[in-house]
Amino acid sequence: MHPRRWTEFAIESLIRVLGLSSIGFVLLIFLFLLKEGLPAFLEIPPENLLGTRWYPTFDLFGTLPLILGSLLVTATAISIALPLGVATAVFVREVAPGWARELLKPMIEVLAGIPSVVLGFFGMTVLAPLVRETLDAPTGLTAFTGGLVLAYMALPTIISVAEDALDAVPKSYRDAGLAMGATQWQTIWRVVVPAARSGILTAVMLGMGRAIGETMAVMMVTGNAARMPLTLDSLFRPVRTMTATIAAEMGEVARGSTHYHVLFGIGIILFVITFLLNLIAAGAIFKKRRRGGLR
Amino acid sequence: MARRGWLSWLLLLVIGVGWWWAGCAPTPPPGDQAGETEAAHTIENKGSDTLVNLALAWAEEYMRIHPEVRISVTGGGSGTGIAAMINGTVDIANASRKMKPEEIAAAEANGIHPVEFIVALDAIAVVVHPSNPVDRLTLQQISDIYTGKITNWSQVGGEDRPIVLLSRESNSGTYMYFLEHVVRLGDKESDLLFSPDTLLMPSSEGISTEVRHNPNAIGYDGLGYVTPDQKVIAVAREPGGPYVLPSVETVNDGSYPISRPLYMYTAGEPTGVIKEYIEWILTDGQALVPELGFVPIAGGSPLSSLSLMSYAP
Repeated sequence: MHPRRWTEFAIESLIRVLGLSSIGFVLLIFLFLLKEGLPAFLEIPPENLLGTRWYPTFDLFGTLPLILGSLLVTATAISIALPLGVATAVFVREVAPGWARELLKPMIEVLAGIPSVVLGFFGMTVLAPLVRETLDAPTGLTAFTGGLVLAYMALPTIISVAEDALDAVPKSYRDAGLAMGATQWQTIWRVVVPAARSGILTAVMLGMGRAIGETMAVMMVTGNAARMPLTLDSLFRPVRTMTATIAAEMGEVARGSTHYHVLFGIGIILFVITFLLNLIAAGAIFKKRRRGGLR
Repeated sequence: MARRGWLSWLLLLVIGVGWWWAGCAPTPPPGDQAGETEAAHTIENKGSDTLVNLALAWAEEYMRIHPEVRISVTGGGSGTGIAAMINGTVDIANASRKMKPEEIAAAEANGIHPVEFIVALDAIAVVVHPSNPVDRLTLQQISDIYTGKITNWSQVGGEDRPIVLLSRESNSGTYMYFLEHVVRLGDKESDLLFSPDTLLMPSSEGISTEVRHNPNAIGYDGLGYVTPDQKVIAVAREPGGPYVLPSVETVNDGSYPISRPLYMYTAGEPTGVIKEYIEWILTDGQALVPELGFVPIAGGSPLSSLSLMSYAP
């Protein structure tokens, strides 16, 4: 009995240490980010930092085009991936026959494992020329192309999580819907999907997190021009995202220089945006829970 | 269903472990003087993407002649290589520009005294899509195109198409050289910048891919990177001409206006294996230079003469 209790204690404390250390790591990373990034907000006057011109080699650190660039690409990606993802999840969970589901699920999981460089290269050599020719844009390296690639990357996440959410809807809901004389389509659209709403929202938030944080593929297909995406055609013009900027420039900067701090500062901005997104999502889910039921 | 999920997880695990294994392949620490009794001396060489192919060719040839020396070459941009040299992670930094004063200061602060060698010359070619009828531009026109003053090909005698500007990222030595000598036309007082519409491509490959595919595009890159499916523009200093195409001859006689030296930097006076390697590059190694589209330095001077320049601390 005795050795067994001892091993149990050891395993238990090991698990506890591991669990706590992950929190610790997140905290340390955040502290590091603050330590390296905060000087940027002190060193650079706000009118420069919130300016529209990003020429870091010439001390012009306008982050606005980068923030808007990231938001534009992410919004594009989500508005493509959300309907597709939810529709796929509904198909896999509700409509597809058993054998098709068995085949589709692992394939979707494998989809998530494709390295982003591969997708970026595909986007650069195949998608970009296609976008340029189809839309008659000056170049195919655009925010839209980035959105397409990111949508593809966010899809597996959205599908898997949304499918789990649909899976969690009790069978009695479906039975009740069908028993009331609703068609299968009506049951899915009016009963099952609304019941899984919070899970689907989580799926979208996770997909969005994936999209806004993605670097390599975006850097390869968006053209990286730090222009303000304010005109109507901006979607079909190049943009520069925050992540691509950090990735492209971090290798060059001298440690401790203003440019170095600004890049970490952009990291902080990115962190805050992601944090806010998660907060909004959590808030929305919480509110729905409190109101309860299907409404 | 659960079984299938389990299988795919296993597959991912196997792939992941393989990856990790490959990443863990032993790489001896750079400049490890203590390990010199071992069979292999290792030289870490990193930096300019312009130089990377030439540096690889040198490394391969040198390793063939001296099997006891191992040289690993990586790109990433001049700034990247210099930063790595300052931080002491590489032995030789490749650069397509001179070190900036603040980089030298950072190196000195780290106790590293950078030593500069000119290892080859490079012409920067201005390239367009092969179907573009424009085949000659003056420096002034190129400057106007890159600052956004000229936005349509018809303004320089081409078709009615928008101009898509391609540039390397700002960590590239090519970017700085092109900005200072072409966009600003060598005027130190000038504060002209690349147009904000300029697409900054993370690699030379990015530029050549876009130029190959896009009839609106104009790009610039080292002559060694120009592939036959891009069209090289003849460049003139003055509106009257002469318009000159970049080549080994026109760079050597100075008639092609956009050319520059390429550098290697070592942390302190090179010694031992690194010294022998650099000496070889500056002499016998120069024979490889034209094969990669670059221009050899005049005369293949030995280590102690004109190509060696030392910074006073």
